[in-house]
Amino acid sequence: MAGLSFDLIALQLFAGLALGAIYVLFAIGLSLIFGMLTVVNFAHGAFYMVGAYVGLYLISLGGNFWLCLVAVPLLIGLFGLAVERVLIRPLYGRGIDYPLLLTFGLSYVMVECVRIAFGKTGYPFDTPEVLQGAVNIGVGYFPLYRLFVIGATAAVLLALWLFLEKTSFGLIIRAGARDPQIVRVLGVDVSRVWLIVFGIGTAIAGFAGLLAAPLQGVIPEMGGTILAEAFVVTVIGGMGSIGGAVLAGLLVGVVVSMTSLFAPEMAKVSIFALMAIVLIVRPQGFFGRAGLLS
Amino acid sequence: MLQISQLNAWYGASHALQDISLEVGRGEIVCLIGRNGAGKTTTLKSIMGLMDRARGSVIFKGQELLQQPAHARFALGLAYVPEERRIVQGLSVRENLRLGLVASPEKKRETELIGEIAGIFPRLAERMDQEAVTMSGGEQQMLAIARAMIAKPDLIMLDEPSEGIMPVLVDEMFELFRSMKAQGTTVLLVEQNVELALDIADRAYVLDQGSVVHQASAQALLADSEIKERYCSV
Repeated sequence: MAGLSFDLIALQLFAGLALGAIYVLFAIGLSLIFGMLTVVNFAHGAFYMVGAYVGLYLISLGGNFWLCLVAVPLLIGLFGLAVERVLIRPLYGRGIDYPLLLTFGLSYVMVECVRIAFGKTGYPFDTPEVLQGAVNIGVGYFPLYRLFVIGATAAVLLALWLFLEKTSFGLIIRAGARDPQIVRVLGVDVSRVWLIVFGIGTAIAGFAGLLAAPLQGVIPEMGGTILAEAFVVTVIGGMGSIGGAVLAGLLVGVVVSMTSLFAPEMAKVSIFALMAIVLIVRPQGFFGRAGLLS
Repeated sequence: MLQISQLNAWYGASHALQDISLEVGRGEIVCLIGRNGAGKTTTLKSIMGLMDRARGSVIFKGQELLQQPAHARFALGLAYVPEERRIVQGLSVRENLRLGLVASPEKKRETELIGEIAGIFPRLAERMDQEAVTMSGGEQQMLAIARAMIAKPDLIMLDEPSEGIMPVLVDEMFELFRSMKAQGTTVLLVEQNVELALDIADRAYVLDQGSVVHQASAQALLADSEIKERYCSV
């Protein structure tokens, strides 16, 4: 075990945080949408994947990565608005399984469309030049791009927190997630709020897909994999809880990263083991409210 | 101000309101009384737009309400304090009050209006940044009323405001309703505490099994022990 120095473990911890950052971004959108609309968005992975492909396409047209960081969430968010307005809205009031099945089917349609447009095989996605290489973070050299992923995630979280805590619209979202009826009685058109929340959630998913692209390349199936893992994250963090999604996302990232250091063959299974342990100790997850689905 | 005619409402297949007709004039306090299940709460919910199925006519300030969603009814100047109060968990007292203004054109004057409300409700003023659901039932009721009043509605509907609240606070609250009336707010009140309600009301309607069975001035009803006995004893 001589090779497993403190520095190596610390570096692996940072790698876990970068991986966790992607989970966090993915899961907060999922959680925001579920907490507000009680829609389990099975198409969230597809929005993430399309985000990466839109980035790929914009760069092939001559755009740069920085432009994509703005354009991708904007475009995916607009797409999300359209999906909510046209497909999901007619299903409100029909129970949780209708939008679940719809988004499940939609994800297949989106993946198939991408396969038709870009082919079944994946593409590499170049790390932007200024973010290539590694920097010394005290315990060793760490890839600059991963550091950027952690920073960008922190920036998104900060912006989202300020939006939710400091603006009137954020107040409406926080109240509406708890009690949509009283928010309606106080004059708010709740369906408009749901529309915007779905747009924000999908925009963040697209952003996460773009951030993940240089780490792992883009393939049409990339959304399906992270969706399963992100559901684990939301279950551990507590369905509908944003704080829970952040904590659980980072935790899952670190656990995956650490098990791949000590027992690589266990890495894929480790998060499910973690979920099982958390559910035994705390069935509603870290910050979940019991009975949300009943 | 509010004219209701032939109002019918349903919970699923159960026909909860049958041809309710009633009127509330500008500046009046009108009280709905009757036993549990008589249809009082359902009447208020139908006026606010919270029933899935309601037929008939509800005219408020000259506009037919029934086809309009609840949020549009708020915009016309209607406020509703539900029986369960619906103080939002996780929000402070101040945030609950702000929530009463988010959809109002008065939102720009938020700080000023919250200050004004704090003057009327000193108990809330002391607890502005406390999480609202940690307050006592009476304080939460005050907050629910304050949240409904802050956007200055023309008509405020209150469902069982005195329920489960200690007597001192009940007196304080009814004193407040009197001063609201003095300032020109119209009140539609549902109350189990009949004597107290009739004491401040101008008129009252007696409901039984989803219909209006009697109407009279508050004074006349206060004196009419037979009606009170028959329809209001729990």
